[in-house]
Amino acid sequence: MEQNATAVELSGITKRFPGIVANDGISFKLRKGEIHALLGENGAGKSTLMNILFGLYQPDEGEIRVNGMPTVIDGPSKAIELGIGMVHQHFKLVQPFTVAENIVLGSEPSKGGVINLKQANEKVKRLSEQYRLQVDPNMRIEDITVGMQQRVEILKTLYRGADILIFDEPTAVLTVQEIEELLEILRSLAAEGKSIIIITHKLKEVMALSNSVTVIRRGKVVGTVETKSTNERALAELMVGRSVSLQTEKSRREVGKVIFAAKDLQMKSNQNKLVLNGVSLEIRAGEILGIAGVDGNGQSELVQAITGMVKLSGGQVSINGKDITNQSPRQTGLAGISHIPEDRHKHGLVLDFTLSENVVLGNYFQKPFNNGGFLKYEEMDKLAHKLTTEFDVRSSGIHTHARSLSGGNQQKAIIARELWRNPSLLIAVQPTRGLDIGAIEYVQQRLRQARDEGKAILLISFELDELFELSDRIAVMYEGRIVGEVDPLNRDNQRLGMLMAGDTNA
Amino acid sequence: MESPEKQYNKALGKGIKIFTKSSSLVPIVAIILGLITGALVMLAGGYNPLVAYGALFGKLIESPYDIGETIRAITPLIFTGLSVAFAFRTGLFNIGAEGQFVMGMLGATLIGVKLDLPWFIHAPLAMVGGAVLGGIWAGIVGYLKAKRGVNEVISSIMMNWIGLYFANYVIGTWLSEKGQQKSNEVHESASWSIGWLSEMMDHARMHGGTIVALICVFLFYILLWKTKQGYELRAVGLNPDAAHYAGMNVGRTVVKSMFIAGAFAGLGGAFEVLGVFGYQTISSASPGYGFDGIAVSLLGGNTPVGILLAAILFGGLTYGSGGMSFEADVPTEVVRIVIGAIIFFIASHGIVRMVMKPFSFRRNKPTDGSKEASRT
Amino acid sequence: MNVIEILGQLMNTTLVFSTALIFVALGGLLSERSGVVNIGLEGLMTAGAFAAAVGADYAARSGMGGLTAAWVGIVTAMIFATVFALLHALATITFKANQVVVGTVINFLALGFSLYLVKNLYDGAGETNSVEMFSKYAIPGLSDIPLIGEGLFTAYPTTYLCIVMIAIVWFVLFKTPFGLRLRAVGEHPGSADTVGISVTKYRYIGVLLSGVLAGLGGATITLTTTGTFSHNTISGQGFIALAAVIFGKWHPLGAAGAAIFFGFAISLRNFAQLFEFSQQIPEEFFYMLPYLLTLIVLAAAVGRSRAPGALGEPYDPSKR
Repeated sequence: MEQNATAVELSGITKRFPGIVANDGISFKLRKGEIHALLGENGAGKSTLMNILFGLYQPDEGEIRVNGMPTVIDGPSKAIELGIGMVHQHFKLVQPFTVAENIVLGSEPSKGGVINLKQANEKVKRLSEQYRLQVDPNMRIEDITVGMQQRVEILKTLYRGADILIFDEPTAVLTVQEIEELLEILRSLAAEGKSIIIITHKLKEVMALSNSVTVIRRGKVVGTVETKSTNERALAELMVGRSVSLQTEKSRREVGKVIFAAKDLQMKSNQNKLVLNGVSLEIRAGEILGIAGVDGNGQSELVQAITGMVKLSGGQVSINGKDITNQSPRQTGLAGISHIPEDRHKHGLVLDFTLSENVVLGNYFQKPFNNGGFLKYEEMDKLAHKLTTEFDVRSSGIHTHARSLSGGNQQKAIIARELWRNPSLLIAVQPTRGLDIGAIEYVQQRLRQARDEGKAILLISFELDELFELSDRIAVMYEGRIVGEVDPLNRDNQRLGMLMAGDTNA
Repeated sequence: MESPEKQYNKALGKGIKIFTKSSSLVPIVAIILGLITGALVMLAGGYNPLVAYGALFGKLIESPYDIGETIRAITPLIFTGLSVAFAFRTGLFNIGAEGQFVMGMLGATLIGVKLDLPWFIHAPLAMVGGAVLGGIWAGIVGYLKAKRGVNEVISSIMMNWIGLYFANYVIGTWLSEKGQQKSNEVHESASWSIGWLSEMMDHARMHGGTIVALICVFLFYILLWKTKQGYELRAVGLNPDAAHYAGMNVGRTVVKSMFIAGAFAGLGGAFEVLGVFGYQTISSASPGYGFDGIAVSLLGGNTPVGILLAAILFGGLTYGSGGMSFEADVPTEVVRIVIGAIIFFIASHGIVRMVMKPFSFRRNKPTDGSKEASRT
Repeated sequence: MNVIEILGQLMNTTLVFSTALIFVALGGLLSERSGVVNIGLEGLMTAGAFAAAVGADYAARSGMGGLTAAWVGIVTAMIFATVFALLHALATITFKANQVVVGTVINFLALGFSLYLVKNLYDGAGETNSVEMFSKYAIPGLSDIPLIGEGLFTAYPTTYLCIVMIAIVWFVLFKTPFGLRLRAVGEHPGSADTVGISVTKYRYIGVLLSGVLAGLGGATITLTTTGTFSHNTISGQGFIALAAVIFGKWHPLGAAGAAIFFGFAISLRNFAQLFEFSQQIPEEFFYMLPYLLTLIVLAAAVGRSRAPGALGEPYDPSKR
């Protein structure tokens, strides 16, 4: 095979959205048979660029060449026709359909107008053996693991004959083992001659996997390099645009009395499955307890149980020695729990309320905001002024709707509000998700500061680096249980990976 | 703190902004498009739309009696408009104002016919009776939604029919003489009619409910935007998950909101009995004010002043349609089509913006506009 | 009358009332499976009932025989109702309007237009002329079986058509590529879009088919039950059919079963006068019954049924 032939060439791609230039004259070249990493922070414009290549967006300017031919990709059908396939970060799978139905959807084998499911199953089986992507064609998507769902997505592209594959943040939802498997799959796909683009913001993966890297910052390409001629630090600086410290000094710290205790928590799902299965933990004043684990192993349920958003079927929760088991969110809040929720749009803010209205979301019913049933807007405004100044929340004023703020500023507003409530226990779920590095540093510093002031903090994050960075202790969750603890000062990836996969012998 | 003048100017600026923003032009353009649709329908049916519209609008101000009766026709629409809008603000679609209206009539009739009290107790009590019965009728829908997850649209439609037949049963069994198709008259002491005003307006049926309606418009504003309760209702409407997170009881708020919405509709029904007819009839179909309330609330953008203006428009159209039918022989249903079309255009405001686009285009870029024109 | 005869008749009238509900429920199901809530079924049904009366009347007046005229009425109904479905699709799919609001508007407009046209075509009258209705057709042999012979095998042609239609909808939905794609569009439009299936096209088809079938359902009422069209020919049946879709868990057989249940509740009204004990129950109660049962059934059933994943959400490709 010709080694340096070009599979895809993008030149001068510009894409504007109202108020933002997502891609600003981006040029990019993918060689045949290589794995090319597209590196950048959240919001840098990586996904937009790939959505353009896959025909989901139309560029405002620029040219696309596929296999040397200039083309206009006006929709996914055209992209598929050109042999481009994309595995999206959020899987595009129809939950109640089977694996085979999902794979053949849109180009179903049929006989006399009737879908030939048998033939579909056989085709899927053959493909799955050929590329060693093990799936069961007859299982429903809602019943299979996330790792297998991803393999279905890959098979979907291969079924359509794709030889240019785009992966958008493919490791975000996988366990440590699954990540290893995926990297193996990607290498073998490349060896078969597929050309692969992988979108990521994780430096380690870039170094471990790719042949070359293109770094994007604020919609512009800031560099394209061969992976073997660079290193993590150089890439990080390119990505952020300034020098960053990847590690901070840490030491063991003194902690105070037990603030929060949970004993043998049990919770059942709607399908009567135990989603929390005997979780016990304690957090002391001045301590950050991190929870590690693959998404969906009971972390959200743990938080819902503690805050009273969902009822427990067994166990006990107490704060400052006071039993708060199965009390309402209102009561747990008054008892001293603050909560930075995982999804700031769904839970954290009422997006169509003003900032003033949002800062009192948990306290509007108390004096001085509530005066005999009537709201005192002056008091709300006063608090909003104070918090936005103190936490540097950038907006065009406290009377603008929360919706108009950037993600980072929305998050800062939530953190400001929850810290202002002066909790004994602060629960922070994925507090830095989707933020740029500046905002991440700020949020992390605020959490440390709160810890140093003597608050107990429960930190749940899927970014292992963040957990090790911030936590004083790390507990690992698997299938609704705490399966072990790891020491943040002696990071042992091997053991952590085994615990996260449920191996309690580790 | 800003100076009073500065605040005033800011408020004024806001007011002006409402009228210059293209989004606020949507209702006006939708009304025009709706009237044009009606005209086209009339043309197709072989009628003269100009004569018909002339007769329609002429009817509204033909005599003091007609002016008074127009006000009478507007009043229930304010109530049902407020009802639908209030639920909308809490994220609920109250398609059941119709049934709540009928139950409001029933509550007022019951108290008006069955009790004998001094007027200063009887009249307010009959009004409250209507409001409470309407509120309960809607509260059931809210309860089913909160506790059983039943979609409020279907359940309130069912409650409309159940309410209609229930009211018929109660009137037929307890409130009427045998063989009569209507209830006995409510006692004079329960009446809300304003005699001297009716006298002045050529015996148009004027009643105190109109004033209560205006007070309710004001209450609607105060309740939603100035109270703790309103904060909760709006938070639940805009984002029930965040409301739950913040410790609000979403289910209870939904029931409360439906109760208040139903009480507004119930008041509308109560005044139809206490101020207009003096009795309730046994009928095979409900009066339609509830459905018109949906139109009022959508056109009014669920804002208090918008609801008032929309109720005036639709009440006027409905009353005027009588004149149109009489003078131009056009079926009154044309007005239903016009109202339906207006709401259609409001709901799919994309269409309205598309219609408006060439106008703003021409205004902003005359050269491009002419180029476009010459090409075609 | 003996018990067997009464039961046979009850079965028979149940089937008469159910037929219309099933057609409409199947239509609603196709629309909702594609992801579009269709509150406008009532209006589509109204349009169908109206157009059936007018179509049959004009066909008869132009000299066609009663039965032929009735079929002309059916076709007119399907076309006229589909025009309103097209409006629904245009607003909700192309212009991404709120589906519930648009459905309500369709109810409003369909009734308004139908009554306007009645007055326009019949010199200001509030009702169309009476048209010749379908007559029941007994299947030779089978109709002689006691009980079910009268109950099931002496029925209107529309009822037989309806049974065929249930099978067709089931087959199309679960056995053909079209059905798979339609369901994918309703469950997860993003996944359909990214494999090159046009969400817009399939949703249009789903909504338009709901017009065809709801029109057919409305026509069934005119041509088997009332014989004319007036303002209350359709009074809530469209909404009951929608409830049948939910109660039937968005499955053709489930929806048909639920529709038969509601048809039974409606037909009970005709039997109230036959028995001593039922004469004691106020007549209004029997009128209320179908609506009350719908409400109770929904309260008991919801939560256990799973709606199509993307039901009610306009598809916005920029958010995929």
